[in-house]
Amino acid sequence: MKHLLGIDQLSREEIEAILDRAESFAEVGRRDIKKVPTLRGRTVVSVFYESSTRTSSSFELAAKRLSADLVSLKAAGSSVDKGESLKDTVATLTAYDPAAIVLRHPYAGAAQLVAEWAEASVINAGDGKHEHPSQALLDLFTLRRRLGSLQGKRIWIVGDVLHSRVARSNLAAFQAMGAAVTVCGPPALIPRGIEQLGCEVAHSLDRLGEADVVYALRLQRERMAESFVPSIREYAAHFQIDSRRLGPRQLLMHPGPVNRGVELSGEAIDSPQSLIAEQVAAGLVVRMAILYELLAAGGERPAPAMGDAEQRPTPLGQPA
Amino acid sequence: MRSGEGANLVLRGATVLDPAAGIDAVHDVVIRDGRIEELKAPGAAVSDDLEEVQAEGLHAFPAFFDPHVHLRTPGQEHKEDLETGTRAAAAGGYCGILAMANTEPPVSTEADVEALREAARQAASVPVGFLATVTRGMEGEELTEMAAIREAGAVGFSDDGLPIRSARVLRRALQYQRLCGGSIALHEEDPELSGDGVMHEGPVSAALGLAGIPSVSESTMIARDAALAGYEDGRIHVQHLSAAESVEAVRAAKAAGVRISCEASPHHLCLTDEEVRSLDPRRFKMNPPLRSEADRQALIEGLRDGTIECIATDHAPHALDEKEVPFEQAAMGVTGLETAFAALHTDLVLPGVLDLGLLIERLAGGAAPFDLERPTLAPGSEANVALCDLAAEWTVGEEGYESRSQNSWCAGRKLTGRVLMTVAGGQVAYRLRSFSLGVAA
Repeated sequence: MKHLLGIDQLSREEIEAILDRAESFAEVGRRDIKKVPTLRGRTVVSVFYESSTRTSSSFELAAKRLSADLVSLKAAGSSVDKGESLKDTVATLTAYDPAAIVLRHPYAGAAQLVAEWAEASVINAGDGKHEHPSQALLDLFTLRRRLGSLQGKRIWIVGDVLHSRVARSNLAAFQAMGAAVTVCGPPALIPRGIEQLGCEVAHSLDRLGEADVVYALRLQRERMAESFVPSIREYAAHFQIDSRRLGPRQLLMHPGPVNRGVELSGEAIDSPQSLIAEQVAAGLVVRMAILYELLAAGGERPAPAMGDAEQRPTPLGQPA
Repeated sequence: MRSGEGANLVLRGATVLDPAAGIDAVHDVVIRDGRIEELKAPGAAVSDDLEEVQAEGLHAFPAFFDPHVHLRTPGQEHKEDLETGTRAAAAGGYCGILAMANTEPPVSTEADVEALREAARQAASVPVGFLATVTRGMEGEELTEMAAIREAGAVGFSDDGLPIRSARVLRRALQYQRLCGGSIALHEEDPELSGDGVMHEGPVSAALGLAGIPSVSESTMIARDAALAGYEDGRIHVQHLSAAESVEAVRAAKAAGVRISCEASPHHLCLTDEEVRSLDPRRFKMNPPLRSEADRQALIEGLRDGTIECIATDHAPHALDEKEVPFEQAAMGVTGLETAFAALHTDLVLPGVLDLGLLIERLAGGAAPFDLERPTLAPGSEANVALCDLAAEWTVGEEGYESRSQNSWCAGRKLTGRVLMTVAGGQVAYRLRSFSLGVAA
């Protein structure tokens, strides 16, 4: 596996390899010294064109725990601000000879483009409304720890599916692991034709009781202005997951950040069924596992030995 | 078009196919002083002072006419200009094209039209007709001086690139059309429905998380504008049909007696939104977007039954840096002049979906809706010939492009069928470099 661009492109075996690897890093996390030397001398570049708290911080900490050198670039305050194209930015970053580029970008397919342009392994940390594979993997990790297997489980993804990259990656990930998925939300926020991805579609929570896992999505407040839903009050009345709707044996998840009182009620967030804190904790070990699987496993591109660079043939036209 | 010598050629032993003129046989095509002099039995033509072209096994078609091309002049010459755009047209077998008016600034005055016509006389390889905008600066508010613009030589009017949002403004234009003539070509899209969409709305957009452009954003506007044209007895030409609902809307309007014509583009006839899964905007991002297989089939049926009278490339060149960006950010449009015939031949004729003769008719069908003479091989007419090798295989882009831009929707594809030589407006406009010409001993 060279890149992590989307769940779509992973086999069940590849997913399980990452989750197994994450388990071993969870063990490292319980030690006093939480750092391992795996990526010593290699560079990880993290480029975030959108604001992010948990994804960027956990990828950066994951790289540090693996002893990689980290260059972290935020769009604001960089040359990106000055109108530099993605391609030119990638060309610039390539000068650092990164082993991996972690990219968050507001548009679909950005990570795939960078993978075409750069030699580094590319990790999609969210591309537009398309995919957010590391989120889906950490959600799988969290659920696997709690449920063992997802085979035959029923998972409801509730909320603004239309604008959610998490919904798309998680739909593919849950299905890959054998779960049956229902997406639920107001009609304007469920993309037309999504049932052809093999999920069921519901526009009310009446049958929520059948779900083993309820995965709630964030509802951006600007959706009201665009007439996707008339008001927060109306949305919450129909689609908020609260302690009345959430059964005692159902698990609750959310990718964060949560709009308290909109998609989730306060008591649902803090209920014992809520896995939200475990999801955040899983973020670190799963992202360590992703970096490890791409950069260290399989020996596709082993860490260069000292002086290795000098042994390459001298390019023609340059003095020996 | 640049003035030059009329062609003097014998296309020896060519298979001549011009269904509209009832010609389908092997002939020596004698072209003298830029006119089709006669079609003689194979071997019977005397070449004396004429250049001999070995055309055995090759097909001679009436050259094609494209009513929808973006030449990007003035203002965006980094994408295309009159010289490169008409070279691309000639290489595609075209003997005439219509240039859209959404340039920078848009073509909105008689002086704009006069300047372009003069520039075309200096630089163009094939005849170019120019459209002017319906509304000043394409702002959709006030009409241009349509009568003066017509007198300056504009073929018709279009705000292509943008719809005419206001029904009132289009109605006024249709009323004024009675005074000045000229077809009004319409880019049909309801911006309220297409919004920030970048591809067809359907299962693929759902899977990719890309904002969708619903089919009804096109068909509802066609229905509105057909009703207006019917009410005012105006004449409209609907550009680049993409959706099944749109074909149905045009069919219904024609049945109701509305003076409406329409076109479809090769990429909509050959591709579907499945291609967008590659997230490659260079080849697969355009407006209207690639739609579903059912839409594609409806377009093909529309071509067959004559609802769609012509094929138009919507040749829309863009520089690489406008396309080497994520899909949502990329410019809309693909080039098509150099590949239209070969792609349609490969994808529709060879598999038996479309009859070769019908394809040739539709490729030349874009002249009539604008009151221009239809290219024909009938003796006595001006020579407009596309000489093609239907067996030639080639890879698009391998030898570069005549167009200044490289955003061909066929880039990298292997096609079967190639234009070897084009005679346009009586002059030899193009010869494929590797096509050697034998001169009689």
